[in-house]
Amino acid sequence: MRANKEWIVKGVALVAWTVILVFAGVAFAQHRQYQETVVLGPGVTEVKKLSDYYAPLKGSTNDCNIYVLDSGTPGGTLVILGAPHPEEPGASLTAEVLVENLVVIEGKVIVAIHTNRSASTVTRPGDAYPQFFTIPTDWGEKKFRMGDRWANPLDSWPDPEVYVHYPSGQLLAYMDVRNLNRTWPGKENGSLCERTCYALMELIEQEGADLAIDLHEAELEYPIIGTIVAHQKAMNVAAMTSMILTAREFDIGMEISPLALHGLSHREIGDYSDCPCLLLEAPEPFLDRVRGITDEALLLTGKDAFVMKAGEHGLLYWPIDENGWPIDVRVARHVRTIEEISVVWTQFHPDTSVVLTGLPTYEEMVDNGVGHYFLDPSSVPEDRIAYE
Amino acid sequence: MTIMILYYVITAFFGAVLFWNFIKSKDVQKAILYLVILMPFVLRVFYLK
Repeated sequence: MRANKEWIVKGVALVAWTVILVFAGVAFAQHRQYQETVVLGPGVTEVKKLSDYYAPLKGSTNDCNIYVLDSGTPGGTLVILGAPHPEEPGASLTAEVLVENLVVIEGKVIVAIHTNRSASTVTRPGDAYPQFFTIPTDWGEKKFRMGDRWANPLDSWPDPEVYVHYPSGQLLAYMDVRNLNRTWPGKENGSLCERTCYALMELIEQEGADLAIDLHEAELEYPIIGTIVAHQKAMNVAAMTSMILTAREFDIGMEISPLALHGLSHREIGDYSDCPCLLLEAPEPFLDRVRGITDEALLLTGKDAFVMKAGEHGLLYWPIDENGWPIDVRVARHVRTIEEISVVWTQFHPDTSVVLTGLPTYEEMVDNGVGHYFLDPSSVPEDRIAYE
Repeated sequence: MTIMILYYVITAFFGAVLFWNFIKSKDVQKAILYLVILMPFVLRVFYLK
């Protein structure tokens, strides 16, 4: 009798366990396999894969799309790295706005929307991250995967006890072996992120890139925010861009990439190639440790009473008020900063000019919302659609 | 890649041991605990999380 009761309880527990497992498994699988639709704008001349530059990456999760916008007119080559940290959606949305709207007049622009694609296939349920977020557009809602800071352990596992950065030998936190902005300049036979950075360095070399821009967002508790972090080879461009934008449109600082801090794009790309790198940071209250309810609304509006309270106590490095930091403002900052960098770069380096057009102004993006600049996939032929 | 495959083998092994403990345990509370612990192992082996 007692044995029967034991097996009844075990059976009920097993059924409940299976139901939870199936529901959770389906949710995880749907997120990992969801494909975002990207409309190829008028400036896109070719869509490549990252493995076109480094074949061993072919078939891996990080074999991301590489969008080429070639003017056909001689000039410089600008590489835009979107979403090395997919929990910073302002970066990937900025890259997508470029792919769908930008037209290059002189030179060439190369864009990766999901540089660390693996990290865009996993979120942080323990931190209550939403799995998806949607942006209203003129033709309906557009759905995106919310990601994490680190590559998916399903693609890169196990982590080492201590991550030893290659080639500097600097000791970094164990999980940063899956952080695409700690694995530059990459390693041919290393972890997934090290191989991805190696492939991106190959892209930079093979395309003869003149300047790289790495897109990020940051918590307001973090001192590197609302700024351009510059490799010393491009300090003049960053400083001039910062001064022009701060004087005319919005506050943006400029910082010099530390010489001894390894693994970061703004340090290693310029050190290991002829292409300097600028890293852009926009404010994202969703990432703050002191935030309140962690949901899609916070991600998109950037409004949070707890972060504001922290600001009142002088605990933040960037201002915030009741208007928050909406995604439209964050993307507008990035788009305008990229455009201004290209202008300043061309002034300093007329032999490798990059002239851009087709991008909305800062005010237009803030007023109309970022969704206004996403094209309707049903309005273009299938061969003008890519999937992320 | 080899290390990663070995870790999946180790995970499957410990998953099997946990399930076997669930079957054999006479203490219902412990049995349910084995199931809870087993969940991340199964999700990892099935390449879900």
